[in-house]
Amino acid sequence: MSHDDDGRANQGAQKHPTPMLDELESGPWPSFVTGLKRLRDSGDQQYAPMMNDLLGQLEHSYENKTGYWKGGTVSVFGYGGGVIPRFSEVADKFPASKEFHTLRVQPPAGYHYSTDILRQMCDIWEKHGSGLIAFHGQSGDIMFQGCSSENVQKAFDDLNEIGFDLGGAGPALRTSMSCVGHARCEMSCYDEVKAHRTVINEFLDEMHRPALPYKFKFKFSGCGNDCVNAIHRADFAVIGTWRDDMKVDQEEVKKYVARVGRKYAIDKVVAMCPTRALSLNDDDTLDVDNKSCVRCMHCLNVMNKALAPGDDKGASILIGGKRALKVGDLMGTMIVPFIKLETEEDFARLVEMARNLLDFFAENALEHERIGETMDRIGLPAFLEAIGVDPDPNMVNHPRTSCYVRTDDFTEEAEKYFERRAEKAAKAIAAE
Amino acid sequence: MNAPVQPRRPDEVGVPDPFQYMHPVLAKNYGNWAWHDRPRPGVLHHVAKSGEEVWTVRAGTQRQMDVFTIRKLCDIGDKFAEGHVRFTTRSNIEFMLSSPDKVDPLIAELNSHGFPVGGTGNSVSMISHTQGWLHCDIPGTDASGVVKSLMDMMHHEFTHEEMPNRVRITTSCCQINCGGQGDISINVQYTKPPKINHDLVSKVCERPAVVARCPVAAIRPAMVNGVPSLEVDEKKCVCCGACYPPCPPMQINGADSTKIAVWVGGKHSNARSKPTFHKLVVANLPNNPPRWPEVEEVVRKILFAYKEHGRDYERMGEWIERIGWPRFFEICDFAFTKHHLDTWTGARKTMNMSAHVHF
Repeated sequence: MSHDDDGRANQGAQKHPTPMLDELESGPWPSFVTGLKRLRDSGDQQYAPMMNDLLGQLEHSYENKTGYWKGGTVSVFGYGGGVIPRFSEVADKFPASKEFHTLRVQPPAGYHYSTDILRQMCDIWEKHGSGLIAFHGQSGDIMFQGCSSENVQKAFDDLNEIGFDLGGAGPALRTSMSCVGHARCEMSCYDEVKAHRTVINEFLDEMHRPALPYKFKFKFSGCGNDCVNAIHRADFAVIGTWRDDMKVDQEEVKKYVARVGRKYAIDKVVAMCPTRALSLNDDDTLDVDNKSCVRCMHCLNVMNKALAPGDDKGASILIGGKRALKVGDLMGTMIVPFIKLETEEDFARLVEMARNLLDFFAENALEHERIGETMDRIGLPAFLEAIGVDPDPNMVNHPRTSCYVRTDDFTEEAEKYFERRAEKAAKAIAAE
Repeated sequence: MNAPVQPRRPDEVGVPDPFQYMHPVLAKNYGNWAWHDRPRPGVLHHVAKSGEEVWTVRAGTQRQMDVFTIRKLCDIGDKFAEGHVRFTTRSNIEFMLSSPDKVDPLIAELNSHGFPVGGTGNSVSMISHTQGWLHCDIPGTDASGVVKSLMDMMHHEFTHEEMPNRVRITTSCCQINCGGQGDISINVQYTKPPKINHDLVSKVCERPAVVARCPVAAIRPAMVNGVPSLEVDEKKCVCCGACYPPCPPMQINGADSTKIAVWVGGKHSNARSKPTFHKLVVANLPNNPPRWPEVEEVVRKILFAYKEHGRDYERMGEWIERIGWPRFFEICDFAFTKHHLDTWTGARKTMNMSAHVHF
């Protein structure tokens, strides 16, 4: 296929000059402008005129420092969400890109692709869309950017035929993300693919037919390194962890110390432990106080070959992360310090937890309120009571410092705590 | 009359099963990896408990890719990586190789097509970014252009591992901040209250919903020029732009009033310190396409101050926590103003309530 200047002779339209965008073609990083121009200059393709006008509009934005897209309503048969409609406000000047909608498409868990499936996507998008695809959007979707209203259904039908489905948009369950995890990471503490697919595929109705008070996001990271930024960016963050002792290969510890030197090992590993749980012995082996360790991952990251997560793996669940709108940024708060994720029953429990939270959110959140804001509005004790979770000291940095609280049932609450503890101990003995 | 065409019903497949696309060595050793190292920047070497090994070569992309770029990456994947690739959360592409002999030829091939190899370990990875003027309906600036300019400047830092720890940079085109938290965040900061087109408000906006959206209760219903509209108490308004998405006639953007602010010290990982939010460093930078040189200069200052002064494994925020904010502002030669003092809910907890002082 020819992408040279001859191609555009077929278009019958002049190329819009793009002096400002042209400046984004220099420099060593791959240029999106060069890519847009390649599409514009593919004169034999249906999208070439659209991309010429798209470049014209983008240049116009650069000149005037103003965006020119407005939203609207576009969807596919059977779904209420998943398409981001964009209509141009300057369509009189740039008519071929007057409709430039995005299809949000859910990626395979862990972002794995065969070149074959990527080529199939390219062919579909070349036929129905603009030829521009983003891997990936901030919600995790593959974003097929630039489609006329007429072609949205056709593009979706073809993508759906090869096994792909629309993602979330608007007040709905959103597309999820999971880290590479089990597929290529020794830190991974649970099967992220299984968790991601089991949870999201259970609630697709909430994604495809938006009916929640606002967006709700799940994200799945296999350890505390949180490579998909779940704690801050998800309403429901699943973070891998382990309960037993971390594994230490003392021979590898010695090799590490021999390689980097004792001072470096102490300064960069032992002294950087946030809970002072590490100590380097005189023989260059490592002492780990596992009861003090908080599974932050630093020493495992640094002494990768010597240290590893324990065997009793699972996940923590944090609820309520979000960005500024409207009460300010919130990190997710620890709600479930540990959930085992091995057996089918374990995953069923995770799904039940998710259902419980979605139900609570649907019934109690105000319009346009994220669940983190609902938690703040009603307070953590009421939130825990509503979702049926007992208070746990892992949920706080420290107990309350304010004395303004009515405590006349403190004794009964304390009795409940001791009962729960006794039950747990009895279960542990029974399990052994 | 023709019978109406029966529309196709969607097959609600949801999240696709990745195993059909996954590199065979990854699929075979799923959940059974032992350790990894980084033979050189941009390359990861993972060893499975079975003893099998895989080499991953990571390359930067422009994220917004044309089909020709994607097909080129597919050609490279077919030639070197047995037809499998994956993407990272920061839009880098990864090629998995079952033999180390192919690493250098693959890197040469990627470089020859203009794809930088890097983004691993203590490097600056690709900037996570949003849609901007290219596709968003409420953008204050462009995303791809800012990112392209900055990644050009930081190309060496992507392809080398010379930072104290990993650097994660984000950009956002409005104060909703879809780009998220970053070691350095480059975000739109509005500076003027919305300009209201009163003729349109009652036609296109659900007024009570707009009133409810304001975080400082500065919006109230009002009759303006005989039509129902909304008015803004400009003394209360914090210029956040929250009213603009539900009510486009409340235009928050202005060619000169939409500015850029730079923030530092956001962190998602739990390693060492708990996850943190980024903090304001510089505001009121001009929104200056096509290459945003003023933003580039501020980012460069921060990045290279960190590179010079940070200790191994300290993230940006951890470095600043050690040296203290006075020293950070001094090293970077930025002004500390009243606007750095938080005024939002919980602001008092961000103050220094101790006698600990840096001199």
